Amino acid sequence: METYYNPQDLGKFGEIGKDAPELAKKFFDYYGSVFAEGELSEREKALIALAVAHTVQCPYCIDAYTRGCLEKGASLGEMTEALHVVTAIRGGASLVHGVQMRKIAEQLSL
Amino acid sequence: MSAAHETHETGFAETLVKHDLKLHRDRTSALQVNVGLLCNLACRHCHLEAGPKRDEVMGRETMDEVVAAARRFRFEVIDVTGGAPELVPDIDYLVRALAPLTSRLMLRCNLGGLDLARRRELLELFRAVRPVLVVSLPATNPSQTDALRGGGAWASTLDTLRELNAIGYGREGTSLELNLVANPAGAFLPPAQGAAEKRYRTDLSRKYGISFTSLYTFANVPLGRYRDFLTRSGNLEQYLATLADGFNPCTVAGLMCRSQLSVDWEGRLYDCDFNLAAGLPHGGEVTYLRGLAELPAPGTPIPVGDHCYACTVGSGFT
Repeated sequence: METYYNPQDLGKFGEIGKDAPELAKKFFDYYGSVFAEGELSEREKALIALAVAHTVQCPYCIDAYTRGCLEKGASLGEMTEALHVVTAIRGGASLVHGVQMRKIAEQLSL
Repeated sequence: MSAAHETHETGFAETLVKHDLKLHRDRTSALQVNVGLLCNLACRHCHLEAGPKRDEVMGRETMDEVVAAARRFRFEVIDVTGGAPELVPDIDYLVRALAPLTSRLMLRCNLGGLDLARRRELLELFRAVRPVLVVSLPATNPSQTDALRGGGAWASTLDTLRELNAIGYGREGTSLELNLVANPAGAFLPPAQGAAEKRYRTDLSRKYGISFTSLYTFANVPLGRYRDFLTRSGNLEQYLATLADGFNPCTVAGLMCRSQLSVDWEGRLYDCDFNLAAGLPHGGEVTYLRGLAELPAPGTPIPVGDHCYACTVGSGFT
């Protein structure tokens, strides 16, 4: 194995159902329903998925939802802004824990 | 990242057989007239490789043959395309002659690269003849539009749309139809037409005060300059597989090649503009409009190639 991540492997995702077909069917049915047009448009859902893909840092998901966003008519500007939302939340999640740091430091300090 | 897809390398003809389908002509009701490859733009998705350096344009003699055929066969729709038809020297003559001979005359144009006087002349022509106008706009942002159509295309197209709106095209309460066509700016499929139209309408109206009648989204056809891009960028194999994987048998009955004839600037006949680009003539051998005694009989086979997958993917190209 040259690399853990091979782009061709994305197309083999369905093989995950080989030894647990019922669970796989439930997952893929659910997956399909989640991404169907609903209160949110398919384009909006693809942008959320792209953002989450970068949060979980999944190369398969980044590949799939970069293409998915483009196919749903999203612009690179929208896609880039979605990543800044991820960055703001991830960075903010670290920074907001500074409140804990300050509380503990306050308790320990004279 | 949905369930697995198998990569198909099956030819289009074999796929039709597999689905027990045949691509045969139906009743012919439309004539597409390609007046030449001269264009002010050199779009990267152009299946015909049209551009400023091309000199193929329809002359007056062929135009007269087109007009004679329109008079004889009374096509319900006549669709004038190119290149950029507005650059063809005698295009005003052709448009004026065809208008009374059909109930729906369509003209694909962008009006870029013309001097002010010529733009005014064309706007006068449109006001007088009232053709349905079709303008390409691949995205509602400058970067993707210019990436596909060349630098400056976004600004120029917006100017054109504003001018057309100003004379009533695409405005509510007029019957002047202004349709937009969106092709993807890359090696991916187009968005669903309904959702894209809704977004274009909101974006163009809110940001630029532009309105239009309808939007059509089409997959890029892997021919000409677009195929070169796919090859150079290493996307060809995957794009072809995506088209083949998305084959929708329900689209075949409604394909435009079943009901239209396409004629090129020399008067040669094809079943569609893509077969023109692929060099696949109507009936399998080169024939000319001037020699057409009758419209093709329903049931006449249509030559196919793997580019046909672009018209049968998803909702199809009808």
